[in-house]
Amino acid sequence: MTTLQHGGGSGEPIETDVVIIGAGPVGLFAVFELGLLDIKCHLIDILDKPGGQCAELYPEKPIYDIPALPVVSGQELTDRLLEQIKPFEPTFHISERVDELERQPDGRFLLRSDAGTQFLTKIVVIAAGGGSFTPKRPPLPGIETYEGSSVFYSVRRMEDFRGRDILIVGGGDSALDWTLSLQPIANSLTLLHRRDDFRAAPHSVEKMRELVAAGKMRLMIGQMAGLQGSDGQLESVAVKTKEGEETLKIDRIMPFFGLTMKLGPVANWGLNLEENLIPVDTEKFETSEPRIFAIGDINTYPGKLKLILSGFHEAALMSQAAHRYVYPDKKLLFQYTTSSSNLQKKLGVR
Amino acid sequence: MAKITFIQPDGVTQVIEATVGQTVMEAAKTNDVPGIEAECGGACACATCHVYVAEEWREKAGAPSEMEEDMLDFAFDVREESRLCCQIKVTEDLDGAVFQVPAKQF
Ligand SMILES: Cc1cc2nc3c(=O)[nH]c(=O)nc-3n(C[C@H](O)[C@H](O)[C@H](O)COP(=O)(O)OP(=O)(O)OC[C@H]3O[C@@H](n4cnc5c(N)ncnc54)[C@H](O)[C@@H]3O)c2cc1C
Ligand code: FES
Repeated sequence: MTTLQHGGGSGEPIETDVVIIGAGPVGLFAVFELGLLDIKCHLIDILDKPGGQCAELYPEKPIYDIPALPVVSGQELTDRLLEQIKPFEPTFHISERVDELERQPDGRFLLRSDAGTQFLTKIVVIAAGGGSFTPKRPPLPGIETYEGSSVFYSVRRMEDFRGRDILIVGGGDSALDWTLSLQPIANSLTLLHRRDDFRAAPHSVEKMRELVAAGKMRLMIGQMAGLQGSDGQLESVAVKTKEGEETLKIDRIMPFFGLTMKLGPVANWGLNLEENLIPVDTEKFETSEPRIFAIGDINTYPGKLKLILSGFHEAALMSQAAHRYVYPDKKLLFQYTTSSSNLQKKLGVR
Repeated sequence: MAKITFIQPDGVTQVIEATVGQTVMEAAKTNDVPGIEAECGGACACATCHVYVAEEWREKAGAPSEMEEDMLDFAFDVREESRLCCQIKVTEDLDGAVFQVPAKQF
């Protein structure tokens, strides 16, 4: 069974052979290749689901260049990979970002996530793609000075919003869901969207419209034009509408403009980087640090193509090298899944 | 071939030769037009190929599809003349067209 762990605890580090950073298609397939070699994995991803770019950016769009699958959608590819790796019982830590990676005196690595989960692992596989998914920041001058005090991209504590004048910006499910949850505790709540059409679930849109009709919140069609405040405390927001500009008294903003990929903490782990990519060799896909591998979109080498297919190949070769570290005394016998009863036993088909 | 003009936020203009059948985004990327990021490579999945279509070219460039409208929600400073230029096909009709690049793609 595949285990999903939400959030984490602090306390004792989880000891394992391999930690895979990033649960995109390439990280997922690495579980399979490592699993065939008896290596168990934990995967960590900042997204709330596995699948990386395929699941977050284009779940419904077709991919035409996966060998033997003439067409498959981003989500379907993710689902199929999850099914394929099931026999190897990977543990997923989702909605968690790996922030720290340190080599220990015994050669292993200590990893720490933003949720406080710690891992002690022999091997690290960085399958971080284009970096961690991060909320898009509206390009308004000075917005960064309000982040964490007045501007929030997620809600950690509802209490931060009680009795506040809240502006929620966007037209998708996150914007509508937070509108409905925060409205009851807000002093005032305004939902701002660029058009009177919402991508969110119809029943939440309906509920929002009922609240507007009852005079319990305001819906504005327009866009943010500027922020005013001081010392990180927001006081008002200028909003541009068809009728002109209006200034709203606001002290909390939640902007929802989707996610983008930012390299993030990977840059702080002392690895060689070339234009935000990690150079690796093409035999083992190992980084400048022994026992740390990089596969998929995050790596670079002469001839690199950012394709899922290339990432799968890299996962297979990386696993051979990882095996030598995890089982230094075992000789690796090359086997086919078609004919090896040993591999088939691991896959649960025999 | 169609000649297409891009106007940068600071007023600098650049005229490029676009091939019929390409998208306006592909033509812009081939000619290194600054400010057209196109992170998703034209899949209508990133909204970083946002442009403003000059008034007199709006009809020929056409209106965004529903999918493109949804994606425009993720762009900044969206106006009535906003398009994602990976969704505009270059045709002979667009010869002479003018697009303005926004100040920020997010
Ligand atoms: C619109 C679009 C269409 C595409 N079409 C194709 C196609 O047709 N064929 C093809 O082969 N490829 C295609 N691609 C490219 C393909 O999606 C990528 O090559 C592939 O997703 C790379 O997989 P990955 O596992 O290396 O990384 P990703 O899919 O980018 O996954 C990396 C994961 O790592 C996580 N992460 C990063 N850093 C951290 C951290 N510190 N802590 C926790 N998590 C972290 C990220 O949140 C992310 O979920 C397309 C891409 C896009 C955007
Ligand atoms: S290139 Fe991504 S939406 Fe146009």
